[in-house]
Amino acid sequence: MLSEKDLELQKHLLEAYPYVTERPGSADHASVDVPADKALEFARALRDVEGFAAIQECCGCDWGVDASPRFSAIWHLYNYDKHLYVRMNVYAPDNAKPEVPSMCPIWAGANWHEREAYDLVGVRFAGHPDLRRIMMWDAYPYHPLRKDFPLAGVEVPFPDADTVAQTGVKVMPAPQNGGPFVSGCGHTLRTSEPFGRDQEWRENNRKG
Amino acid sequence: MSSTNTEVGYNSKIEGGVVVTKLDAALNWIRSHSVWPMPMGLACCAIEFMSASCSRFDISRFGMEVTRFSPRQADCMIVAGTVTYKMAEAVRRIYDQMAEPKWVVAMGACASSGGMFRSYSTLQGVDRIIPVDVYISGCPTRPEALFDGLMALQEMIAKEPALRLLKRERPVKPLYFS
Repeated sequence: MLSEKDLELQKHLLEAYPYVTERPGSADHASVDVPADKALEFARALRDVEGFAAIQECCGCDWGVDASPRFSAIWHLYNYDKHLYVRMNVYAPDNAKPEVPSMCPIWAGANWHEREAYDLVGVRFAGHPDLRRIMMWDAYPYHPLRKDFPLAGVEVPFPDADTVAQTGVKVMPAPQNGGPFVSGCGHTLRTSEPFGRDQEWRENNRKG
Repeated sequence: MSSTNTEVGYNSKIEGGVVVTKLDAALNWIRSHSVWPMPMGLACCAIEFMSASCSRFDISRFGMEVTRFSPRQADCMIVAGTVTYKMAEAVRRIYDQMAEPKWVVAMGACASSGGMFRSYSTLQGVDRIIPVDVYISGCPTRPEALFDGLMALQEMIAKEPALRLLKRERPVKPLYFS
């Protein structure tokens, strides 16, 4: 439920910046959609006019393999003076090669957040000063938090040649053993806990 | 180690001050009670290691308290935490930098088997890149369990053919997964 302060901010943003559209369904703070070509202009106005001095987070989002637009980047901003948050969502126009403008010129703190979003979701940030991977190693060929990437991973060469020469280790898909273990909502623990689903190992459920 | 043997005392003045033992046993006794661990702290098990090395649990009661943060000065690597594929390279390199004789303890579920991290980023057990001597369960491992594992390591060291390994080149320990 948006508070009065948040509703007021959302109303003000929609009126003052006509290219901004409301992002329905926000449960906590003001949230807006911005077209990619207006994003930098809007961000500069947010910082200089509206007083959103701090960047709290930037995340990439994959809305689903069939969704279009499929990728977006979301920046979470904070106003120290008025104690207000706002969420700015920018859809990447191209699904095959998703790209949105980088907010590093506006908030320097966006640097590592955007590198993480690029690394894990594969959204490129145009104008980023140093767009390298930050979590996975540089030669890793995939973006593992995309919806079509398996949680267990896929087989790729190990990053270090010396270690491979000594051990022959490979990056392998992880064994799932009845998982992935996500507990569902709205059930009792007995059915939602991992042991509720994977009965393979139970004594009263012998194999063969 | 055998106790005082009065029959081999060759001088009545020092009789009773002579201890007869095997050189192997003496070397192993010294080695097993001066294990210098190096905490390869990667996740929350390292916090338990800190707790184990402080006064409440006091790792020094067992003769292995001299924690060294340089691989050159340590002879037991305690891999405490989740080994990601990105970090695995560094773990192997630090293991290679340790001087022989050296031992490895996989502390906790993640270091032993990948633990709950069955995902694209996590090495499924540090024994895929370095030979592990002792596996300790727990998530994270309790200090008592760590001591139990380290005392098991001391027992292993005490059974090694130390002299034979000293004279010849020490064989490279095989990996469990090869």
